[in-house]
Amino acid sequence: MDHEHCHLLLNSLSDYVEGDLSEELCAEIDRHLQDCENCRIVIDTLRKTVYLYHETVEPPITPPDVKERLFARLELNEFLNSNS
Amino acid sequence: MNKEKARVEDFSLEKLRAGDRAEFALLMDVYSGVVYRLGIKMLDDPQDAEDILQETFIKAYRYLGDFDGRSSLSTWLYRIATNEALMLIRKRKNTPLSIDEQLDQDLEIEKPFQIVDWCCLPEKEMMSAEARRYMHQAVEQLSPNLRAVFVLRDIEGLSTEETSRALNLSESAVKTRLSRARMRLRELLTAYFSERMAAQGVAEAGDD
Ligand SMILES: [Zn+2]
Repeated sequence: MDHEHCHLLLNSLSDYVEGDLSEELCAEIDRHLQDCENCRIVIDTLRKTVYLYHETVEPPITPPDVKERLFARLELNEFLNSNS
Repeated sequence: MNKEKARVEDFSLEKLRAGDRAEFALLMDVYSGVVYRLGIKMLDDPQDAEDILQETFIKAYRYLGDFDGRSSLSTWLYRIATNEALMLIRKRKNTPLSIDEQLDQDLEIEKPFQIVDWCCLPEKEMMSAEARRYMHQAVEQLSPNLRAVFVLRDIEGLSTEETSRALNLSESAVKTRLSRARMRLRELLTAYFSERMAAQGVAEAGDD
C-alpha cells in the first residue's frame, strides 16, 4: 500500500464502496484495482465487512421486562399491551 | 429498518405536543426496540441500555414542545438516545481507550496492514454465533465517536443526512468517520477471519 494510487484509493474508499464518487474518479480507481491486488483485497474485505454487519443486525426487540419497566417509569402502564 | 422509519411519520405531532398519553405510548411501543438496540451497541451492557432507553423517552416527553419538526421525529429520538449514550460513556471511569488514542483513531485514516482475502470463507462460518460475538466486540473497540456514526449508519440504517442531524455533525464528517470506522472493523475482522482460514487450512491468497 505505498504507491500514490493506493493512497488515492484509501481516501476515497468509503465513497467508492457507497458508489458515491464522480465517474472520473471511479474509473481511475477501477483501473488501479486491475493491477493492484492489495487494494482489491482491501476493497473486497471492506465490502464484506459492511455486508456482514448489515446481514446480522438483530431485530429491534425490547425484552418484555425492560419494556414493562419503561412504561411504568413513564406512568403509561395502562397502555402497555394495547398497541401490540 | 425502513418499515419502522416509515411508521413514525404516522404519528400525530399535534397530539404528541398536546401531551396525548396514548399517542406517546404508541411512539414508545414502535421506538423502544431501536433505542434499546442502540444502547446495547453503544455500551454493551443491558443495564446501561435500559437506562438510556428510559432517559431517552423521559427527555422526549419533556421536550416534545421544543421539537421543531425540521428533522423527522425518528431522527430526533436517535439524537436524544445517542447523546444519552455518549454521556454515559463519558461518565464511566474505565473507558477502554485513552483520550489520545481516541483522537488518533478519529483523525487519522488507518492504513490497512492486514491484507488477507478472507472473502472465500463459507458464509455459514462468517455468520456463526462466535463470529457474531466477535463482530459485536469489534464495534465496542471503536472510539465512542466512530462507534456512534457506525451504529447509526450501518446498524440502524440512517442516511448520511439523518446521521448528520442526529449527531450535529457535517455530512462530510459523517462520511469520514464512517469510513474510518469501517476500515477499523475491516482490520479487526481480518485478524479474526484469517485465523479461521488458517484453522481451516485454506491457502491465504495475497498475503505478502
Ligand atoms: Zn493499490
